[in-house]
Amino acid sequence: MIEVAVTAKHFGSQQVLGPISFRIAPGETLAVTGPSGIGKTTLLRIVAGLDRRFEGRVDRPSRVAMVFQEPVLLPWRSALANLTLMHPGLTAGAAGEMLAEVGLAGKADHFPGQLSLGQQRRLALARAFAGQPELLVLDEPFVSLDAALAETMLALTEALIARLRPAVLLVTHSPAEAARLGDRRMRLSGSPARLEPGT
Amino acid sequence: MTRLPAPAVSLAGLLGLWTAAALAAADPQILPPPWALIGPARAEIASGRLPFHLGHTLWRVAWAFVLAMVLGTVLGYAMGRCRRLDRWLDPWLVVFLNLPALVLIVLCYLWIGLNETAAITAVVLNKVPNVTTVIREGARSLSGDLDDLAAVFHMPPGRRVRHVILPQLGPYLSAAARSGVAVIWKIVLVVEFLGRSNGIGFQIHLYFQLFDVTRVLIYALSFVAVMLAVEWALLQPWERLAGRWRRA
Repeated sequence: MIEVAVTAKHFGSQQVLGPISFRIAPGETLAVTGPSGIGKTTLLRIVAGLDRRFEGRVDRPSRVAMVFQEPVLLPWRSALANLTLMHPGLTAGAAGEMLAEVGLAGKADHFPGQLSLGQQRRLALARAFAGQPELLVLDEPFVSLDAALAETMLALTEALIARLRPAVLLVTHSPAEAARLGDRRMRLSGSPARLEPGT
Repeated sequence: MTRLPAPAVSLAGLLGLWTAAALAAADPQILPPPWALIGPARAEIASGRLPFHLGHTLWRVAWAFVLAMVLGTVLGYAMGRCRRLDRWLDPWLVVFLNLPALVLIVLCYLWIGLNETAAITAVVLNKVPNVTTVIREGARSLSGDLDDLAAVFHMPPGRRVRHVILPQLGPYLSAAARSGVAVIWKIVLVVEFLGRSNGIGFQIHLYFQLFDVTRVLIYALSFVAVMLAVEWALLQPWERLAGRWRRA
């Protein structure tokens, strides 16, 4: 179970986030939408534990994984090492199976620079799921992808969530993505921003 | 037709220039031609003098290099990552960057005494600011995205340093190391010239007083030869290995 109870977040004297609280059950996906610049990424960084300078509290499990807007891979390590370095308990065999699951079988020894952008995205997805996360944070993972690639990635993400059932927080500005992946949808709006039940 | 390796041709060109200058000067007292060095060099090696002094100089260079690289890297990394620390230490850095090497050497000998500690301290103090400046630039350009990645996935510090931070600092480290060895060896010579009783700097001091250009050249070139060997046998293969992912 993940429980978020933020009371406020300031940047300097400006308050960005107002009181925000929600829970995500294991296996549940909460999709948060909202216009750009509203504070979606700020909220997500707080939930993921990247930003600790806020008022309130966040209870999160120990195994957290994140998919960023960009693939964010280690370009100097092989595809396989990009998985095993993040998950010390992961054997090379298990990492290889994970690569195969996202369609990167046979690419284990390739450096990220040798992969296409779509393959890099899939590698980032494999990295997030390889640790069997209890909480998965998705930061606009399909932004800037063409329609066909976005569809492949969405289907892959859906399948992996269904199999591993982490609690998922998806942040996106696309209502279609939110509708497709989200069990529950909320909207971030106002200034300072608050969460309200959304479409 | 087989292609000659560029470094060999390039060095042969330098030898050619030297030969031409020596022939033009026509006075082996001032500039002996390259082949006039072979006999005396053999004698210096056979007597054990050249290996003895070269060994002492190499030992000092190695110590000063390791200490300066470690101190400079730690300091540069800290200053590049922490803006407050950078604001406080930056003026010191400018002061030490602009203190002439000679002043630091003389002060170290005066304060610490005419011993090995003073000699190596002087060289390290001369080099640390350069390493710090280069590594600080590298630390400033570290990727914030990769920091986030390491934080979210709870990478332990050792693993983070080895797989996330050092690969990003690699080009800065090799730039600092390469310019480092060259500068350190030059400062070590001055240190030996002024206050040691062995090492290449001491020998050059001796042969300077005897106006023996041949032996000054032999001792100077012996170290250059060692450094070329280090460059080709260690530094370049290491860089090729570390940069493999760029060309893949």
